[in-house]
Amino acid sequence: MTRILVPSGALGLDYDKTALERGISMTPDLIAIDGGSTDSGPSYLGCGVSKYARSSTKVEWKGLIEAARIAGCPLVIGTAGTCGTDGMVDWLVDITRECLEELGWTARVATLKSGQDPLEVSQRFASGQVSALDGAPELDRKTIEDCTNIVALAGAEQIQQAIETEAEIIIAGRTTDTATIAALPLMRDEHAGGAWHGAKIAECGALCATNPQSGVLMVEFDTAGFTVHPLADDARATPQTVLAHMLYENSDPFILHEPGGHLDVTGATYEALDEVRVRVEGSRWVASDRYTVKLEGARVAGCQTLLMATIRDPRYVENAQAWIRDIGHRHAAKVEGRMGLAPEAWRCDLRLVGIDSTLGKLETRPGSPTEIGVLCTITAANQDTANEIGKLMNPYLLHHPLTSEEEQPTFSFPFSPAEIDRGPVHEFCLHHVMTLSDPMDAFRLDVINA
Amino acid sequence: MPEVGEVCEKVRSKNAGPFWLTIDIFCGSERAFARLSAGLSTKRVAEALGTDPKAIRRFDIKDLNVIKISLPRPVVQGHPGDRDMHGAAWASVVAELVVD
Repeated sequence: MTRILVPSGALGLDYDKTALERGISMTPDLIAIDGGSTDSGPSYLGCGVSKYARSSTKVEWKGLIEAARIAGCPLVIGTAGTCGTDGMVDWLVDITRECLEELGWTARVATLKSGQDPLEVSQRFASGQVSALDGAPELDRKTIEDCTNIVALAGAEQIQQAIETEAEIIIAGRTTDTATIAALPLMRDEHAGGAWHGAKIAECGALCATNPQSGVLMVEFDTAGFTVHPLADDARATPQTVLAHMLYENSDPFILHEPGGHLDVTGATYEALDEVRVRVEGSRWVASDRYTVKLEGARVAGCQTLLMATIRDPRYVENAQAWIRDIGHRHAAKVEGRMGLAPEAWRCDLRLVGIDSTLGKLETRPGSPTEIGVLCTITAANQDTANEIGKLMNPYLLHHPLTSEEEQPTFSFPFSPAEIDRGPVHEFCLHHVMTLSDPMDAFRLDVINA
Repeated sequence: MPEVGEVCEKVRSKNAGPFWLTIDIFCGSERAFARLSAGLSTKRVAEALGTDPKAIRRFDIKDLNVIKISLPRPVVQGHPGDRDMHGAAWASVVAELVVD
């Protein structure tokens, strides 16, 4: 049997300390935690930064370093620092050094880097080794080469190589959500379908149980399947909660693609062992002919300037749609006239917060609020241009009248200056897989003493 | 006729990666599942979401009393035209559809 302790869905979201202690006392073979996701948008990958606060990351990571030392097992993190770039692996290595220094300890630390050289990916694309997944955007060599960061998602094989170094702490760049959990059970010849399925169920910690915020979960893998065991006092797994987790952030609830094959859970059975634990068997791993890793990449899509105004005058609130439509036309003409800028070189999104800013055209229930926030987002090739376009917008949001006959109105600005420069904005441009002849081809493993 | 949100327990929408959205309708009972499975057509969902019905992948999962609807994101996550980074509000569009 192989026991994997998962403290929470992500480092930075905190975990239940009592439950973690309970997990340690159950002699886990490995502690695995995820450090990231693309869910908060392309900026984190584009800039190579963490979504979670360094202070939270450090406190929680230190707690896990201590837990792993007490349990006498390796500690593995996948997708360090939200996006899993090489820089974020180094960032977490620095944090690890600080934690160890404060504890008065030293440790053997393995790093697995997933960052890809855009030029190399571009060459692989040209030679047919990069292929599109369903729903992928158009891709060409320039788009790849424009990426500020590209990462490949490591699978179980690369994590297994890291485990074989016998490091106490493994800090991995981008991995699949499941790889850090599935790697050891697979190394030990536990049931392959069970290893991947259990990993998918556990990747968000106790999200597959009641009291999902409690985080801590033990998964016991064996040669027939796996058992899910949430460890917080009031957390229970039921066949329903476990099965339901296959739906989570997954376009297909039965199939999960991983490097080297896919998991098929159509034949899985879920059985309550008691009030807390669920037993799962019957999932199937289907190996593929090619070994592919998924790529994620982001490039700069321009720079943005924001303006925000609020309108409270009931007549303007009532006619807000017509008002911003008029403003949009007048402002566009002014940008062309004053700046000589072609319409395709920039964009301005005027959204009415309180009316339909979330859904736009899909909104069927526009409200009749007391006040409306007008959020103006300008995107252009560079910051100076976006700011200049924002300055051309400013007088309209401050004073534009609904009709030419009325006295000049004034609207409310919460800030001065009204233009807020957001800096570069990024866009995801890869939804592709890259074929590798050896799983370690695109990854780099190192061991340091920290 | 009731709305989807009045028949089921909960509707949740999330990103499934930056290029896909997924909407889970938790029906809560066999009866509600049968009602929605028959009374909520993929075509209606596609119209409400402003997408092509052929692009939608739908799973009516009887064991869970869940209907799952996945679609390519009409606007890629984080694009300047994206209004909803985490895809949170698409659930409301489905929850407010009237059941046939």
